[in-house]
Amino acid sequence: MRSRRPRRHVLPGFGLALGFTVAYLGLLVLLPLSGVALSARRMTWTGFVAAVTSARALAAFQLTVGAALTAALVNVAFGLLVAWVLVRYSFPGRRLVDACVDLPFALPTSVAGIALTAVYSPAGWLGRQLAPLGIQIAFTRLGVVVALTFIGLPFVVRAVQPVLEDLDPEIEEAAASLGASRFQAFRRVLLPSIAPALLTGFTLAFARALGEYGSVVFISGNLPMRTEVVALLIVARLEQFDYEGATAMAAAMLAVSFLLLLTVNLVQAWSRRRETAA
Amino acid sequence: MRTAPERRTEPAIVRGGLIALALGFLACFLFVPLAVVFVEAFAGGARDYVASLVEPTALAALRLTALTALVAVPLNTLFGLAAAWTLARFRFPGRGLLVTLIDLPFAISPVVAGLIFVLMFGAQGLLGPWLTAHGIRIIFAVPGILLATMFVTVPFVARELVPLMEEQGSEEEQAALALGASGWQMFRRVTLPNIRWGLLYGVVLLNARAIGEFGAVSVVSGHIRGLTNTAPLHVEILYNEYNFAAAFAVASVLALMALATLAAKSVLGRRIAR
Repeated sequence: MRSRRPRRHVLPGFGLALGFTVAYLGLLVLLPLSGVALSARRMTWTGFVAAVTSARALAAFQLTVGAALTAALVNVAFGLLVAWVLVRYSFPGRRLVDACVDLPFALPTSVAGIALTAVYSPAGWLGRQLAPLGIQIAFTRLGVVVALTFIGLPFVVRAVQPVLEDLDPEIEEAAASLGASRFQAFRRVLLPSIAPALLTGFTLAFARALGEYGSVVFISGNLPMRTEVVALLIVARLEQFDYEGATAMAAAMLAVSFLLLLTVNLVQAWSRRRETAA
Repeated sequence: MRTAPERRTEPAIVRGGLIALALGFLACFLFVPLAVVFVEAFAGGARDYVASLVEPTALAALRLTALTALVAVPLNTLFGLAAAWTLARFRFPGRGLLVTLIDLPFAISPVVAGLIFVLMFGAQGLLGPWLTAHGIRIIFAVPGILLATMFVTVPFVARELVPLMEEQGSEEEQAALALGASGWQMFRRVTLPNIRWGLLYGVVLLNARAIGEFGAVSVVSGHIRGLTNTAPLHVEILYNEYNFAAAFAVASVLALMALATLAAKSVLGRRIAR
C-alpha cells in the first residue's frame, strides 16, 4: 500500500500550485459566475417567476426534461447492451467499434446536428425509410430525443464497461451451478453489481442532455411551444435582447446543474463504498 | 482477448442477435450520421469540395478555430497540471470544494456558459460601460470566444491526471527529493515522465472540445463572418443558408479531427492501461 497522504512540506510546490489553481479558477469560472448572481439581483422576484413560468418557458422545461429523461433511459438500455457485447463477445471490428463509441465526445455538436438532420429528415437516408410508416423524426420532438440520445451515448457505455470487465466470472459460475438460467444469473447476480454504474451513466447522460444545444438546434426545428428546448429559448431571448428573461432561465438551469453535480458525486461515492465493501 | 473456452456464455444465436442489435443501434446513431457527413461533403464533386474549403470566410473560420485551440490548450494544460499536483499530492481544507469547482464547467449548459460572459462583459453587462469607455471589446469579438472556450474546457486535464497521480503515489518523487533533486528537477525528471500518457490523453480531449465547442462560442461570437466565426459556427451559417455541400465540406474537416482524436485516444488509453 503506497502512502496516499503525504505529509505536508515533504513535497514542494503546494503554495505555488494551489495559488495558481485558485487564481485561474477564480478569474475564469467564479468571477463570471458571480455575474449571474449580480444580474439576477437586479431582477425582482415576480419578474423572475414570470420569466420562468411563462407558457413558452414551461413548455420548454417540460420538453427538455422529458426528452432528456427518455434519451437517458434509451441509453441505459442500449448502453448496457453495447457494453455487454463489447466486453463479452468477440467479433470482427470490435476494437474499431469500441473506439467509435466516444464519437459524440469528439465530434463538434454542430457537425453532429447537421449530420443527424440529414439522416433523419423526411428525405434523409433513414428518414426516407420511416416516412411511409408515418414516422417523422426530424423537426419533431422525436428528433430532440434522437439528438439527446446521440450526445449521451458514451456515458452509460463507458460507466458500465470497466465494471463488466472486472466482474469475477466465478459468481456467474456459482449461479449456474446452483441451477440459475443465464437470464436469472443476469438479473439476480450481474444486474445488482452493475446497477451503480448504470445509475452513474444515466445521471451523466441526463445532465448532459438537459443543457445540450448544438446537436438539437438543427434537428428540432425550433418551434416555440412545440420543439424548443430550454437552451434554445435562452438563446432566443438573448437574440431579442431580453437579458432578464435569459438570465432567469439560466439561473434556473444553473440550480438544476448544481443539484445534478451533487447527485453524481453522491452516486459515485456510494458505488465506491459498495465496491470497497464487496 | 477472451480465450477461456469454459467461460459461460450464451448460445450462438443469442450472441449473434445481441451483437446485431448493438451494432444496429450504433449504426443508426453513430456510423450512418458519420458517413453522411462525408457523402454530402462530396455531393458536388471534389472540385466544389476544395472550393468551399479555400473560400476566404471558410479559411478565416478555420484559422480562428486554430487560434482558439492554440490559446486554450496550453493555458488549460498548465492549469490542469497545477490543479492535479495540488489535488493528488496534498490534503487540505476545502479540497472537496476545489474538486467540485473544477468539474463545474462540465455540469453547466454551454449556452449558460456563454451567457455568463455576456452578463459580465457584454454592452449591457456589469463591466460593459467601463469596457466601452476604454474601447475594449470582449463580447462579439475574439477575446470572448477565447474566454468561453477556455471556460468549457477547464476540467479535461485535471480530470485525467488526478486519479492517475493518486494511483501512482508519491514515493518516486520523495525518493528524488531525498537524493537531492530540486523541486523542478523532480517534476521534470520524475513526475512528467510518469504521467506523460495520461497528460497527453487529457490534452487530446481538451483539444477536441476546444476546436469543436459550439454552444458557448455561439452565444458570445456575434457570428461576424471572417472575424468572429469559428469553424463549427461556420458550419451552422452555411447550413442555414441552404449551402449544404459547403456546410458538410467544413463539417468533414471537423469530423476528420474527431476521428484523429478517437484514434489517439484509443492508442493512448492502451498505453495508460499498460
